[in-house]
Amino acid sequence: MLAYLVKRLLEMVPTLLGITLISFFIIHLAPGKPTDIYTAMNPKITPEARERLDKLYNLDKPITVQYWLWLEKVVKLDFGRSFSSDRRPVMEKIWDTHQPLLERRLFITFMINLLSMIIIFAVAIPIGITSAVRQNSLYDKVTTTTVFFGFAIPSFWLALLLMILFGVYLHWLPISGLKSMDYDSLSLLGKIWDRTDHLILPLFVSAFTGLAGASRYMRSSMLEVIRQDYITVARAKGLPEKTVIYRHAARNALLPIITLFGLSIPGLIGGSVIFENIFGIPGMGQLFYMSVMMRDYPTVMGILTIGALLTLVGNLMADIGYMMIDPRIRAK
Amino acid sequence: MGSIGEPSVLIPMLSGDSASQDVAGLIFNGLVKYDTDLRVVGDLAKSWDISPDGLVITFHLRKGVKWTDGVEFTADDVMFGYKTIISKNTPTAYSEDFKQVKKAEVVDKYTFRVTYAKPFAPALTSWGNLVVLPKHLLEGGDITKSPLGRNPVGMGPYRLRKWISGQELILDSNRDYFEGRPYIDHYVYRIIPDPATMFLELQAGGLDMMGLTPLQYVKQTNTAYFRRNFRKFRYPSFVYTYLGFNLKYPLFKDRRVRQAIAYAIDKQEIVDVVLFGLGSIATGPYVPHTWPYNPNVKRYPYNPEKAKRLLAGAGWRDTDGDGILDKDGRPFEFTILTNMGNTSRTNTATIIQWRLAKVGIKVHIRAIEWSTFINEYIDKRRFQAVILGWQIGPDPDQYDIWYSGKTKEKEFNFVSYSNPEVDALLEEGRRTFNIKERKKAYFKIQEILAEDLPYIFLYVPDATPIVSARFRGMRATPIGITYNLPKWYVPKPFQRPGMVP
Repeated sequence: MLAYLVKRLLEMVPTLLGITLISFFIIHLAPGKPTDIYTAMNPKITPEARERLDKLYNLDKPITVQYWLWLEKVVKLDFGRSFSSDRRPVMEKIWDTHQPLLERRLFITFMINLLSMIIIFAVAIPIGITSAVRQNSLYDKVTTTTVFFGFAIPSFWLALLLMILFGVYLHWLPISGLKSMDYDSLSLLGKIWDRTDHLILPLFVSAFTGLAGASRYMRSSMLEVIRQDYITVARAKGLPEKTVIYRHAARNALLPIITLFGLSIPGLIGGSVIFENIFGIPGMGQLFYMSVMMRDYPTVMGILTIGALLTLVGNLMADIGYMMIDPRIRAK
Repeated sequence: MGSIGEPSVLIPMLSGDSASQDVAGLIFNGLVKYDTDLRVVGDLAKSWDISPDGLVITFHLRKGVKWTDGVEFTADDVMFGYKTIISKNTPTAYSEDFKQVKKAEVVDKYTFRVTYAKPFAPALTSWGNLVVLPKHLLEGGDITKSPLGRNPVGMGPYRLRKWISGQELILDSNRDYFEGRPYIDHYVYRIIPDPATMFLELQAGGLDMMGLTPLQYVKQTNTAYFRRNFRKFRYPSFVYTYLGFNLKYPLFKDRRVRQAIAYAIDKQEIVDVVLFGLGSIATGPYVPHTWPYNPNVKRYPYNPEKAKRLLAGAGWRDTDGDGILDKDGRPFEFTILTNMGNTSRTNTATIIQWRLAKVGIKVHIRAIEWSTFINEYIDKRRFQAVILGWQIGPDPDQYDIWYSGKTKEKEFNFVSYSNPEVDALLEEGRRTFNIKERKKAYFKIQEILAEDLPYIFLYVPDATPIVSARFRGMRATPIGITYNLPKWYVPKPFQRPGMVP
């Protein structure tokens, strides 16, 4: 077990290196440079000023040298300073230690994704089990249609429709942001509620559009298990149907879902970019979008590296969880 | 107030984005500023003298103005700002105007004097808020790493209370502001990256002010609810859109051809269709209602017959009967390039394509991603015609755009326009401070440009902000509505409970 863990951890190093290498070259392939925001079509800029700016950002060096300079720093856990005109350290932008935990970008994105993942699994697993048990019933058809509806609907469009309904017409929920303008003057309970009601719409949108995968996986895995001989044996023993389904079938059917947990992390991080922009949530996804638009290479790379790391760790955790639950895999 | 972008740094000389400049404009002051007629008036400088030869400007500063941390503002702060902006280690895009300065000196605590090698008219206005920095807080440090970029100390009508990354900037009024305490106590600058969300926030009451798109202005806000709760404004923006020709390209060397194309385009139609009427037709590189704008230049009303006659005069006739003009066996066709993502420009291109087809010119349209467009096509001169826009400053100097020497790669006369008379007039315009003489030079330039047509000037879009009806005291002027923000007020019954600091 321990040897396996060490092996897996060691394997992560070249994988991560490969990911950063490819990302670094791909973002530099995109036309344009971070300095374009000052210089493109600005008559006040002379060629000398342009060169000076490029030099300040090391953009005049070959790309392999730039990658090496970047890597040297990252090994020391330093993502460098942002190329945007604020020149703040990238790490401070993502994880600002001057701010309370609730205001740090990485924390915001991480929490929202975690919550939405919990909701997805909490809703998708029962849906998957029940619709497998009642395969081809009306219930099965309705849930299948609903989750696919959620899968197919563009999340930005759903978000806007919900904002119009709950924010503009009904005035029940806030439209964007993480807290109200009068947040500081609220009581503790008021503050908690204020943050919660800002999260309702984003969480609903991200959970609803993500239900399909998990619930379909659960359904098909459940269908497979139900047909196994040991389920027939359990029924033959005269066990109540509830025990057969929830104790014997569902537990075994849950195994493949753990893999899904690891696989869904990159998708969730990618989704953050979209809904954080629509809902004006100051998370990592929003920062990523702005950095890409400004060709702020250090920030883009910092976020990609952290995203890659989270994905790798998520996969590793899924594998470990798998091993702990399934003795057959542990034996190998 | 809603904004799509987030300010990056609140030190004016370091920032390149409009969001930073919007907010920094409320916190910092310059020596001079523009009044509503675009004339230069004093801000931190009470007055100034220009020597008869135009080489020396002496600023007399206001006395007793204090930075918000209580330290008095003096000429040393201006000197410090000047030295910082010309320093090699400052990553600024704005140093060019200041490199023309031969000598800068602090005469006494309240007098600052600069000497130029040549008279340079845009010089006066360059002493805006770029170069006034609190020396006592910045001296000795690296300006790019200064905490002041996120926590600025200025002396303007507002001071920053709190900046929550990605969400909002909260500004409080500066009660000791030298022009009097602003009436509105708190100003919140909210960052909402999605334009559709921003419009919903406006409807839900989460925003008091934002800029509208033409569609929002004409249709979506045309309801009883908006009429009751909001006021809309419109005034020409400092931007114009044009169709520019590559004058090195043989097709466009003949002036008659360019004039024919101008007659074949209905500018008013473009304004009506693309901008929903929210704009005006452009006749030159200046914006109507500003002093350099010459209204009496040659205009090209829509006249396809005249266009055809001019083209025939230049030798273009449809000899093979395919509906496309030709000359020496070559059909008249060209490609208009524009940047992707700007729908007004692509729509304009489509209308031009359709109108030119009527006189027998075949037009292709290609939209290209911005960076690629600039680096690969404009800079390398690989284009025949482009639709682009210029944002123009309040100073009429446009030396870099029209001067015949400014045609090297990355320079801005990329259409390769060359007219010795215009060159001389451009020189003249930037060498005198006398507004009457400058006006004469720029009026003449516009007349020549209207005749030569290196660009076909298409339209000037209107800026269309909307403000909650709670606010009073705003007025639409050539420089916008926010110039007198400190004087806006909300009558008592409409005030919202103040925020507890």
